[in-house]
Amino acid sequence: MTNHWVDIKNADLILVMGGNPAEAHPCGFKWVIEAKKTRKAKLVVVDPRFNRTASVADFYTPLRSGTDIAFLGGVINYLVSNDKIHHDYVKAYTNAAFLIDPGFKFDDGIFSGYNEEKRSYAKDTWKYQMDKDGFAMVDETWQDPNCVWQLMKAHYSRYTPEMVSKVCGTPKDAFIKVCEMIAETAAPNKTMTNLYALGWTEHSVGSQNIRCMAIIQQLLGNMGMAGGGINALRGHANVQGITDFALYAQNLPGYVSAPTDADPDRTTYLTKRTPKALRPGQMNFGQNFPKWHTSLAKAWWGDAATKENDFAYDYFPKLGGASDVLQMFDQMYQGKINGFFCQGFNPLASVANKKKVSDGLSKLKYMVVMDPLATDTSEYWKPHGEFNEVDPAKIPTEVFRLPTTLFAETAGTFTNSGRVIQWRWKAADGPGDSKDDTEILAALFLKLKEMYAKDGGAFPDPIMKLTWAYAQPTKPSPEELLREINGKALADVLDPKDPTKVLVKAGEQLGTFGQLRDDGSTSCGNWIYCGVWSQAGNLSARRDNADPSGLGQTLNWGFAWPVNRRIIYNRASCDVSGKPWDPKRTVLKWTGKAWGGNDVPDMRPDAAPEENVMPFIMNPEGVSRLFCRDLMADGPMPEHYEPFESPLDNNPMHPNNPKAKSNPAARVYKGDMEAFGTAKDFPYVATTYRLTEHFHYWTKFSKINAIMQPEQFVEIGEELAKEKGIALGDKVKIRSNRGFIKAVAVVTKRIKALEVDGKKVHTIGIPIHYGFKGATKPGFITNTLTPFVGDANTQTPEYKAFLVNIEKA
Amino acid sequence: MNVTRRQFFKICSAGLGGSSIALMGFSPTAALAEVRTFKLARATETRNICPYCSVSCGVLIYSTGDKSKNSQAEIIHIEGDPDNPVNRGTLCPKGAGLRDMVQSANRLKWPEVREAGTNEWKRISWNEAIERVAKHMKADRDANFMAQNKDGVTVNRWTTTGFLASSAAPNEAGYLTVKTIRAMGMTSIDTQARI
Repeated sequence: MTNHWVDIKNADLILVMGGNPAEAHPCGFKWVIEAKKTRKAKLVVVDPRFNRTASVADFYTPLRSGTDIAFLGGVINYLVSNDKIHHDYVKAYTNAAFLIDPGFKFDDGIFSGYNEEKRSYAKDTWKYQMDKDGFAMVDETWQDPNCVWQLMKAHYSRYTPEMVSKVCGTPKDAFIKVCEMIAETAAPNKTMTNLYALGWTEHSVGSQNIRCMAIIQQLLGNMGMAGGGINALRGHANVQGITDFALYAQNLPGYVSAPTDADPDRTTYLTKRTPKALRPGQMNFGQNFPKWHTSLAKAWWGDAATKENDFAYDYFPKLGGASDVLQMFDQMYQGKINGFFCQGFNPLASVANKKKVSDGLSKLKYMVVMDPLATDTSEYWKPHGEFNEVDPAKIPTEVFRLPTTLFAETAGTFTNSGRVIQWRWKAADGPGDSKDDTEILAALFLKLKEMYAKDGGAFPDPIMKLTWAYAQPTKPSPEELLREINGKALADVLDPKDPTKVLVKAGEQLGTFGQLRDDGSTSCGNWIYCGVWSQAGNLSARRDNADPSGLGQTLNWGFAWPVNRRIIYNRASCDVSGKPWDPKRTVLKWTGKAWGGNDVPDMRPDAAPEENVMPFIMNPEGVSRLFCRDLMADGPMPEHYEPFESPLDNNPMHPNNPKAKSNPAARVYKGDMEAFGTAKDFPYVATTYRLTEHFHYWTKFSKINAIMQPEQFVEIGEELAKEKGIALGDKVKIRSNRGFIKAVAVVTKRIKALEVDGKKVHTIGIPIHYGFKGATKPGFITNTLTPFVGDANTQTPEYKAFLVNIEKA
Repeated sequence: MNVTRRQFFKICSAGLGGSSIALMGFSPTAALAEVRTFKLARATETRNICPYCSVSCGVLIYSTGDKSKNSQAEIIHIEGDPDNPVNRGTLCPKGAGLRDMVQSANRLKWPEVREAGTNEWKRISWNEAIERVAKHMKADRDANFMAQNKDGVTVNRWTTTGFLASSAAPNEAGYLTVKTIRAMGMTSIDTQARI
């Protein structure tokens, strides 16, 4: 979230699209109700299903799953053509005036630079025109045909209300009503917040769904405002924290992009990742990249990371290509992965195309499950009737199952989706011989280190020299680890303005990432968490819930990254002169000497408004991007593409260009393209989702939750039920081109057929929570049905829009 | 008067018991029978966070015992933390069932192995588990570690063992995970955040 949970109460309009917080995040959703009650805020829901959030909305309208870009592109067109934009904001704080390379083109659904064979773009025209001083060129009049404003206007002019209705199946008048409500928040003192979750991310165009909202919020001037922003609701309690720590291949902790084969040495690596300001006088905070990376190397390899060995640059493994959950399972399927760890992760249930996942796991030499629960994945080799038909004799994998503790049985921090890091205390020991994840990792690591010390082996240096200064080496404590994450001064850190002044003494905890250095004199395990455990102690454990501003900022509760800032881009909540757009909701203001107010400024504290330092300090432009140049895989402006399994024969936006039917830059593996079904055999759109009584594949192990929702069901509309002769409570079989599941049918008014491109389209809703292990009735795994294709940028699988058929079982 | 939550329970239960005994004609000083107090008043209260969605609701966990050495705490009740500024004491149907998750019959209690080609679990010791897994890791790493790519660039990576990391683990466990597996050279890493 750019903002945070309680801040939702400050909104005038709440648009929920791609999420269902009343069902999935009920205790956060209360702040929507609070806004409705106390501010007379309006709630708008756009979703294929009349869901629980819709049931308390002021306005609801449906759309076909997988057509959000068509809808939101239509909103952009409405705002631009009806002049419902926050002009001063867009002029000062966005790249509307920037000039784009004249070679940039968009032709019938395809951007310039496309390589059909590689399914990817050469993005050398997706860039700014540069002047002789190395700055981006702008046309403040917005008249140049190559300026961002003109390109964007032309691009979205095709998204007329008629086209939106044709693609999405949303009634035209309902679409216009939503546009009108959104448009009201273009007023400087009105804000819309947007709440989304997996309903936007789990598409082959997932990232571009969110880019659409980024464009809309810029046009409306809602970024940085109390009650504004773009707010990802997110899944697990610590999904934010684990993302911040980069438990994935592309980054190192703190979103520090990982080295690849194209970065043979430290200089090349740092130069490529340390941006130059694209406009004069901007903060360009990314220029500090070398400090973040060097301090991480010092945290991990300490004295072994020296200037002479390029701060242990070669100890960091280089990423050789794509690496993500779909890529890993494809590699496994091809027999190229031998060992696999599943730490609190149940991929058999949660990754697309269960059959492919199961076949992949069956080729492993060894698998290690670290989990508090007996997951489905841990027994992928065991027959469980029709729910898991396998022959153990044919599966040669050694499977280890190591019991870990649950939340109540460990101390340490979770980071919520509002970026607030909060300390938790341990209540009891785990059952039996279970151990904390940290203890298991320490045991494995120390055993491996012992083996390398004794027998040698492949490049042992990064293992042998990894810092391990824990009081009990076999039990690193959460306190020690959080202090290491925060970082400390290894030598005195001096004030660059006055080198006689010591900012932090050697050995002391750092107070902020402003104190990090790139000369090896500081260590820090995750620069964005710097400050969480300063010399003042563990700030994540603070529990003062006082809220003097009334905005819900609670600055002394826990610690929010970065630097305890609660609303990101908060400089943009003021006009150019530093006056709040809405004085009643002052987040920040210029006091004459410094920035002050009710948050930690997202700006150099003494940057006077006359200096024209723009609010988007992480962007080298200083401003936000309506056109995001070469930063996305599939285009600098979002375009509607059909899901890979679409009920339509073509993309109504590009009916004559089959290349532009589905995302042209999405990766599809050999064999998976063939496993896509067509509307001829699988005429119905399916979408998966969650229930309020269950959390993913966990609560099926909890008795009370199993009592509340005991059995797998699917939802179908009354019209389709009648057509198929299916009654409420009937057992039905749902098939996709990858397999089938059986479930109980719930016939409902909540899902209606939509009229799309002259064709009637039915949707079937499938909750995900069931499997063959647990306290619920044994069931089929929903992801037996889903396609093995992901978003072009994130590779998040397309769980939300695919094709099925249905019949009475 | 400044009372903590636990003191509040004690005062309420003692006050109620005392006054009803007096009404029944007993003199309070003569009444020796003990009045039953709320179990929670005797429980240890611990502040934690619900492990489900990313609202990260504050919870209060009540357990038996006082956390003294060798005493076994048992979790008897979990409820919303009224001080938490986001959930303000509320929990959803998922969070309200947390005790049943902690006490699930499907909790794993000891290390186990399923040997290749067999159809059963076998209980093993932690020592055996760690020793065997570490051996697998070393054998795979030594056989498949790539020091340089085909162009001679130093890459120092190990791609043939993968790691799916938990988004339910605390930051400190996540940090130690990434620190150790990156030091081993792993690049086949992912987390639930992607899905």
